[in-house]
Amino acid sequence: MLKYTIRRLLWMVPVLLAVTSVTFILMHLVPGGPWDREKTLPAQVVTNLNARYGLDLPLWHQYVRYLLNLLRGDLGVSYTFQDRNVTTILRQGLPVTATLGIVAFGWAMVLGISLGMAAALRRNSATDYFSVFFATMFASIPGFVLAIVLIIIFSVWLHLLPTSGWGSPKHLLMPALALGALPAALIARITRASVLEVLRQDYVRTAYAKGLMDRTIFYKHVLRNALIPVLSIAGPELAFLVTGSFIIEQVFSVPGIGRLFVQGVFARDYGLIMGSILFYTLIIALLNLVVDLAYAVVDPRIRYA
Amino acid sequence: MSSQSQPANAAFPAPVQVAARPARSLWRDAFGRLLRNRLALASGLVILVLSVLALFAPLVSPHDPIKQNLFAIQRSPSWDHWLGTDFLGRDVLARLIYGARTSLSVGLFTQLVVLSIGLPLGAAAGYLSSRWDNALMRFTDVMYAFPDLLLIILLRAILGGSIYMVFLAIGLVAWVNIARLVRGQVLSQKSGEYVTAARALGASGPYILARHILPNALGPVIVATTFLIPRAIFAEAALSYIGIGVKPPTPSWGSMIQDGFGVIFAAPYLVLFPAIAIAVVMMAFTFLGDGLRDALDPRLRGAEGRFR
Repeated sequence: MLKYTIRRLLWMVPVLLAVTSVTFILMHLVPGGPWDREKTLPAQVVTNLNARYGLDLPLWHQYVRYLLNLLRGDLGVSYTFQDRNVTTILRQGLPVTATLGIVAFGWAMVLGISLGMAAALRRNSATDYFSVFFATMFASIPGFVLAIVLIIIFSVWLHLLPTSGWGSPKHLLMPALALGALPAALIARITRASVLEVLRQDYVRTAYAKGLMDRTIFYKHVLRNALIPVLSIAGPELAFLVTGSFIIEQVFSVPGIGRLFVQGVFARDYGLIMGSILFYTLIIALLNLVVDLAYAVVDPRIRYA
Repeated sequence: MSSQSQPANAAFPAPVQVAARPARSLWRDAFGRLLRNRLALASGLVILVLSVLALFAPLVSPHDPIKQNLFAIQRSPSWDHWLGTDFLGRDVLARLIYGARTSLSVGLFTQLVVLSIGLPLGAAAGYLSSRWDNALMRFTDVMYAFPDLLLIILLRAILGGSIYMVFLAIGLVAWVNIARLVRGQVLSQKSGEYVTAARALGASGPYILARHILPNALGPVIVATTFLIPRAIFAEAALSYIGIGVKPPTPSWGSMIQDGFGVIFAAPYLVLFPAIAIAVVMMAFTFLGDGLRDALDPRLRGAEGRFR
């Protein structure tokens, strides 16, 4: 297991390197530069700025320099936020994006799994139909649309919640709801199907035949087996949540990393673009690894070599 | 062919009896199953109606979607403007109808980009040597490592310009899904007995691929493409929402939301209508995709955990 973990961590290096290179090339292909303003700066100023930030060097040289700095953990400077370097900016954005992602994921998992289970255990009941309806509907509505509907209901009509900003639980409520709805629906779907599948298994019938209590059967036999497929989509969903949050961050003006990326692209802020993409890529890769390892914990039959 | 085989049939009457059974193809069966799925059928109808509206927008639309009427700014829904007017006095209903043009064309034309890259590359990876396969798979690994909406934004910033570049930017990111799927399909079909039989009859590699393997792999590709349509529509709405989608004044649901967002307290309907439009279209394509999947491969229903 340790060997497997190390191998997976090592495999991240070439992937991150490839992502770095692709992003580097792409962002320099974006027309315009960081010094384009409404009012053009004097040519000498632009030359001096380029020299200051090493933008006058050939592209390959800039790239090598970036990689060398990256090895030292230095993500470079931002041209938009002159007072902080990219590492600091990302470090300030991380808790925001992470809080949003984790809260959204948390309620999505809790609601999704309980709805899915309730539906499966009371098949063809009102609970079942309600959760199927919920899941079918929210599985296809993007969080961004939901966010707008929530704002109209809770801010415009009911005057209960602020439309934007960050800092209090009130600010967190709508973004987390909007972000978590789609994963909640997908998790409910998978859980329901998976529980139904497990309930049909021979070992469950055997457990009943042995006269075990319903509760024991449910927790020891059904739940553990039914959660494996749920876990398998939980990883990609969490990654999707973290990255998908950037449009939600945009809607609610949440100062997370997603907004930084959008700002970076508009301002041709190369340091910010590279930093946020690398951050997202790393998060996705790590989450996938965590999920794969979690399999082995839930299901002792899975062994990684 | 039939004229040549007639003498043989005369000698063996049995096949004639078999042929008397009405011909039932896979596609016909699938279509029948799709028609029995009410949700998918309704979704198909919604898409059809929207497509007709979008196609005949100039005839259906009550107003010009771009013409500004500065004497009727931000009017609430009324008899003259059914869904009201926006901050430049443009008719919201007209912009919604023309916005359907944008959304649906992004949904469809993006798939042309996706299929024209994903099909050949995926098929090549599945059919050719393992070196090609490895190269493509490592490449798609990197693509999957990217947060896709962010990559689309970067590409969009590079490509700039017209709506065609929106198709291209989304397609250049989304083709990976189809390539992987086609590769998997080809790999699994390649070992089928009918492929061995075709090879034994002397058919060439490209012929087998085009005539035997790809048609058999088509079902999942159609389903996956249907699911990619709402994702492309969403990507365009998101791009237009942050201001780098289709260029104004071309109506797009995403940019309508952006335009109305600032006055959401004064005129919530300005963002509500386009938001509902996006949700309806995405739901319709997703339900249609669900229906197609069930229709094309009923076995998947239980295995993939479809709700019934």
